[in-house]
Amino acid sequence: MTTRHQLPARSIWREVITIINTLISYFSYPFVRYALIVGVLIALCSSLLGVILVLKRFSYIGDGLSHVAFGAMAIAAVVGLTDRMILTLPITIVCAILLLWTGQNTKIKGDAAIAMISVGALAVGYLLMNLFPTSSNISGDVCTTLFGSMKILTLTKSEVILSIVLSVVVVILFVAFYNRFFAVTFDESFAKAVGTKTNLLNLLIATIIAVIIVLAMNLVGSLLVSALVIFPALSAMRVFKSFRSVTICAAVISVVCALIGIIVSILMDTPVGSTIVITDIAAFLVCTIIGKIKG
Amino acid sequence: MEQLVCKNLKLGYENITLAEDLSFSVEKGDYLCIVGENGAGKSTLMRTILRLQKPLAGTIEYNDDLTASKIGYLPQQTVVQKDFPASVYEVVLSGCQNSLGFNIFYSKEAKKRAHDNMERLGISDLAKWSYRDLSGGQQQRVLLARALCATEKMLLLDEPVSGLDPMVTLEMYDLIDKLNDEGITIIMISHDIACSVKYAKHVLHIGNNFFFGTVDDYKTSAAGAKYLEGGHHHH
Repeated sequence: MTTRHQLPARSIWREVITIINTLISYFSYPFVRYALIVGVLIALCSSLLGVILVLKRFSYIGDGLSHVAFGAMAIAAVVGLTDRMILTLPITIVCAILLLWTGQNTKIKGDAAIAMISVGALAVGYLLMNLFPTSSNISGDVCTTLFGSMKILTLTKSEVILSIVLSVVVVILFVAFYNRFFAVTFDESFAKAVGTKTNLLNLLIATIIAVIIVLAMNLVGSLLVSALVIFPALSAMRVFKSFRSVTICAAVISVVCALIGIIVSILMDTPVGSTIVITDIAAFLVCTIIGKIKG
Repeated sequence: MEQLVCKNLKLGYENITLAEDLSFSVEKGDYLCIVGENGAGKSTLMRTILRLQKPLAGTIEYNDDLTASKIGYLPQQTVVQKDFPASVYEVVLSGCQNSLGFNIFYSKEAKKRAHDNMERLGISDLAKWSYRDLSGGQQQRVLLARALCATEKMLLLDEPVSGLDPMVTLEMYDLIDKLNDEGITIIMISHDIACSVKYAKHVLHIGNNFFFGTVDDYKTSAAGAKYLEGGHHHH
C-alpha cells in the first residue's frame, strides 16, 4: 500500500524539480531575465494608467493608439531602424495628443477620428510591410507585430534600457500626480473651477498612455495592448471600492498575471502575449466572482 | 461688500447668443437664486462666473480675494461618477486640490479640513463608503463637503436638488440655508422656484424676461408673477 502511494508522489516531485530546472536554465540567459523585468514593469505601468483610462472613458483611445503604433512600427521597419521605438514613440505620442484634442471638442467627431486614424494606420502598416519586406517571412512579421513575439520577447539591449527607464519615469509621474489625476478623472469641471490645470493634466495622461502602448506592444503585440491596460483595472473595480485600493489592486493583479503569463509561456512554449492576456482574463473572472460574493 | 460684479455680460458659444446685457452684483453673505427657462443660459452663466468659459462680451469683477481657486462649485453629476470607485473621504479631500501647490500629497491641514467638513455635513460615518453606493442625497452632501473644502467664501450650486425626493430636497435646502447663515455666499441655479423664493435673498431671472432684485420685489414683478404662477400649477 505504502509504495503505491509513494510512487505518484515521487513522480510529481520529480516533475516539479524538472520544471524548476528548466526555469533555472532559462533564467541563466540574460535575455530571459530582461524579458521578465521589462514585462513586469510594463504590466505595472499599463495597469496604473489603465485605471484612469477606464474611469475617464478613454479606453477607445488606447485601442486606437495601438493601431497607430502598428503603422509606425511598419514604417520603422521599412526605414530600417534597429531601435524601432525611436520612431514609434514620437508618432504615437503626437497621435495621442491629436486624438485627445479632437475628442474634447465634439464627442462624435472624436470617435470617428479615432476609427479613421486607427484603421488607416493598420492598412498603411500592412501595405508597407508587404511592399518593403524586411525578411522572407512577411506573415510571421505581421503576426509578431499584431500579437507579440511567438516565444519570449526579444529586445535589443538599448530597447531594454529604454523600456526600463520609461517605465520608471511613468511610475514616478503617476505617484507624483496621483491626487491630481484622481481629481481630474472624478470631476473635470470641478477641478478646472478650483484652478487645477486640467488641459495640462490631460495632455500628460495622453502622453503617458502613448508611451505605455509603445512599450506594451513589444510584450503583447498591438492588438492585445488594450487587454493589458483595461483588464487589471476592470478586475480591481469588481472587488474594491476606493480609488486607492483599486489602483493598488490593479497593479498587483497585472504584475502577478504578467509573471505567471511569462513563466507559463516559457514552460508550455506558448506565445507570450496571449498567455498573459488569458491569465488576465482568468483574474477578471475570479474578481467578478469575489465581487458577486462580497455583494 | 460686493464680492462679484457682472456688467453687461453676453453669454453663449461661437454662433449662439444665449443671454445678453446681464448686469448684477452679489454681496458678501448673499443668497442669490438664478432662475429661468431651459436654455436661457443659467448653467452657462455659472460656468462663466467660474471662469470655465469666457463671456462673449462684458466684464466680471471679483472682489474679496475671490481668486479662481476660492469659489466652491457643486456641478451637476456626470455619467462618469455613477460607478466611480472612490471613497467618500477621497472625494471630499479632492476639494482641497487648490491647496496642493507643488506638493505631491495633501497636507495635514487639508486632511483636517476634509474631516471637519464631513463632520459639518453629517457624513463622517460614511467616510469609507464608496461614493457609487450612496443615495442621491448622500452623494450631494459629499459633493457639498468637497466644495466647502475649496472655499469658505462663495458656493456655486448647479441644481443641487435635481433628482432628489421631497424629504431629502427639504433637508438639502435647510443645509444650504445653514451654510448661508454661517456667512457663505450662495449662488444657486434652481428649477424649484417656489422653494428657492422661500430661502433666497435675491433673484436673478434670465431668459424672456429679465429681473434682478430682492425676493419681495420679484414676487410682484411681471417676470416673477408669471413664473411663480406657472410653478404653482405644477404642484
